Amino acid sequence: MLSIGLGHYLTLAAIIFTIGIVGIFLNRKNVIVILMSIELILLAVNINLVAFSIFINDLSGQIFTLFILTVAAAEAAIGLAIIVVYFRNSDTIRVEEIKNLKG
Amino acid sequence: MIAHSVFFYVFSLIAIISAVMVTVSKNTVHSVFFLILDFISISCLFIMIGAEFLGMIMLIVYVGAVAVLFLFVVMMLNVAEQKGQWFSSRWDGGTHIPIGLLVSLIIFFELIIVIGGWKYKPDLLNSLSIDISTEVTNTRSIGNVLYTDYIHLFQISGMILLVAMIGAIVLTYRERAGVKRQSYVKQISRERDEGVDLVEAERNKGVKIDA
Repeated sequence: MLSIGLGHYLTLAAIIFTIGIVGIFLNRKNVIVILMSIELILLAVNINLVAFSIFINDLSGQIFTLFILTVAAAEAAIGLAIIVVYFRNSDTIRVEEIKNLKG
Repeated sequence: MIAHSVFFYVFSLIAIISAVMVTVSKNTVHSVFFLILDFISISCLFIMIGAEFLGMIMLIVYVGAVAVLFLFVVMMLNVAEQKGQWFSSRWDGGTHIPIGLLVSLIIFFELIIVIGGWKYKPDLLNSLSIDISTEVTNTRSIGNVLYTDYIHLFQISGMILLVAMIGAIVLTYRERAGVKRQSYVKQISRERDEGVDLVEAERNKGVKIDA
């Protein structure tokens, strides 16, 4: 309990990952919160990579985390741009009213 | 050791609570602030565990750029009238809540089972590619491999950022009517004969320029 091992970090990452998935499932408010949940999920993945990298003493996990950070930033920018364009065209970003694809 | 574990529990508790608040808070602006708090506490964890460079990069990239981007978009779009609506659904009457919770619970237990049951491959420690050296700092050792072994991936990630930037600009750009803009072609192709008008001035009458 007192000495923090790899399992603690993995459990923390699992909890945050699950909260992100809950956010995607339950959210009926607006699409921006879904994007934030995706950021939470990527954060959990980063925690896993960094924890493994430190505990097995190999640097490549941290390098991969750096690349994941890059891709996450690009994804957030593109996603927010799409949301802005959608709001401009249809005046709403409520999750329920985005149903043009009839899904 | 005890201080280390106390700090771990404090930061992870803050991270989990703020992750929950990102999901459940009714105001989207509050969600963004809790997302910032989440990233800050996770980067504290990274710094504590020994990955200082990534912790600092998390602070700069997420708290400094991505979260501010989210804030800008939230304040730009008019989502204020949706403030009071929570998980309520207009059509299915809330049946998505138990289903979503069930699926998430199953995913969580799967993850916990994996965490409890895995072990290292026997020859893993021999196959490590880059050892973390204790003599140089974390930033320096990352730089040593990032610009040599991973240079192509580094360049490609730069290209990804460029494509994302151009894509975001192209998506949100719109032509607006009635805005006066500079026309470079017209400016550059202007000649002396069009620009200067020679007028014969008569005495005591002045010059009358007809528009």
